[in-house]
Amino acid sequence: MRTLIAGLVLIHTLLLSGCGYNTLQQQDEQIKANWSEVVNQYQRRADLVPNLVNVVKGYAGHERDVLTQVTEARSRVGSVQATPELLNDPQAFSRFQAAQGELSGALSRLMVVAENYPQLKADTLFRDLQAQLEGTENRITVARNRYIAAVQDYNVTVRSFPTNLTARIFGMEVKPNFTVENEREIARPPTVDFGAPAPAPAR
Amino acid sequence: MPSLFPIWIFAAFLTLVGFEARAEMVVPPLQARVTDLTGTLKPDERAGLESRLAAFEAEKGSQIAVLLVPSTEPETIEQYAIRVVDAWKLGRKGIDDGVLILLAKQDRTVRIEVGRGLEGVIPDAVANRIVEDVMIPFFKQGDFYGGLSEGVDSLFALVRGEPLPAPAGERVPDTDVGGVFGLSILGGIFGGRILRFLFGPLLGGLIAGTGAGVLVALFGLPVLFALFVGFFVFMAVFGGMGRAGPGGWYGGPGGFGGSSGGGGFRGGGGGFSGGGASGRW
Repeated sequence: MRTLIAGLVLIHTLLLSGCGYNTLQQQDEQIKANWSEVVNQYQRRADLVPNLVNVVKGYAGHERDVLTQVTEARSRVGSVQATPELLNDPQAFSRFQAAQGELSGALSRLMVVAENYPQLKADTLFRDLQAQLEGTENRITVARNRYIAAVQDYNVTVRSFPTNLTARIFGMEVKPNFTVENEREIARPPTVDFGAPAPAPAR
Repeated sequence: MPSLFPIWIFAAFLTLVGFEARAEMVVPPLQARVTDLTGTLKPDERAGLESRLAAFEAEKGSQIAVLLVPSTEPETIEQYAIRVVDAWKLGRKGIDDGVLILLAKQDRTVRIEVGRGLEGVIPDAVANRIVEDVMIPFFKQGDFYGGLSEGVDSLFALVRGEPLPAPAGERVPDTDVGGVFGLSILGGIFGGRILRFLFGPLLGGLIAGTGAGVLVALFGLPVLFALFVGFFVFMAVFGGMGRAGPGGWYGGPGGFGGSSGGGGFRGGGGGFSGGGASGRW
């Protein structure tokens, strides 16, 4: 009797690992871990914003438009909850992405504006914050790339035979992946306008 | 004119291939702490830097490497740097205390890529100061060795202040445990078939089991593992399992961890998540 049970357990384990159930679970967890890292880095960026805005305000307080844009984008980012459930909801996922993309845009505009203020650029605190922001943006890129790779692995497993059968039984679906926020904008050739006054050179 | 046709096709094909490949800069194999693909450093400068980095690893355990490339095009220096550290795995596993100084000479860019475990002592702002205030003034004057040397010293000073786990005295080469395991078992069983044929089941099994066990022990794995493998192989050969044996696929996971490359420097398995700072001059 005992051997029978042991045999059944063994067969069960073999079947489970053979049908890709364990692989699916493992890859699903990997996605969650990588996603946490993405959120973590986005959070880090959001935390930098108030300090950054304060420093810029000190030197370039009249650049109201850019500063408000950044602050607003920052508060919108905070309102989108980045829960793990987000990963299974393509719509919520794209909302999250849109909010983060908006903050990216606003921040890069702020940095362009900052270029026009030599005193601001020489400020130690601003330099440090700028370095932190650059580092964080780079971490976001790395985290997103790792997330993309993990989702790719998972989606391949979910869609290929025979693991797709297992995935269907357990209701595991293909997960949404990151896309470039401004796909259409990139496809359009850039226009160069020589008529407008160029922003003052850095030095 | 018709003879020109194939050439035209060939040219079109080349263009297509060109678009497809967009030749990325390859990550050089990690053989030494200082890798200079530009021929900028003099041999004695390179050796000096190398020995200082080696001494620092012996003292503190953290791996710092320097890489000079002509250019990182078409990628940015950040993209290339993360590919390099993902391949090299500088720093100890789990402590993640590796640092890469990457210099792209033609692009006039430099980056300090900081391992996850050192992001506390070398935050981005501090890395940025080393890049901008310590290294770049030298690079502007074309003194690459000076800049790298000063930069490395600043990193040493920072990392010294961090209480990291002591370096393992005799760095155990992290062997692929599974590989050694599988290889010795399969090799033992396979060899056991021959030994069984020559010496009979009992003696053949004993020899094969002892051999496999010794092999495992030689790779620095715990004695318990060695005993287990030895016993397993002995039972398999003695019991005659080898006859039906795993016919031919005993090659398994190719290669035994170590002994690859002559340089003798390998990354310890540290992880990076994109921290650090870049600068240009």
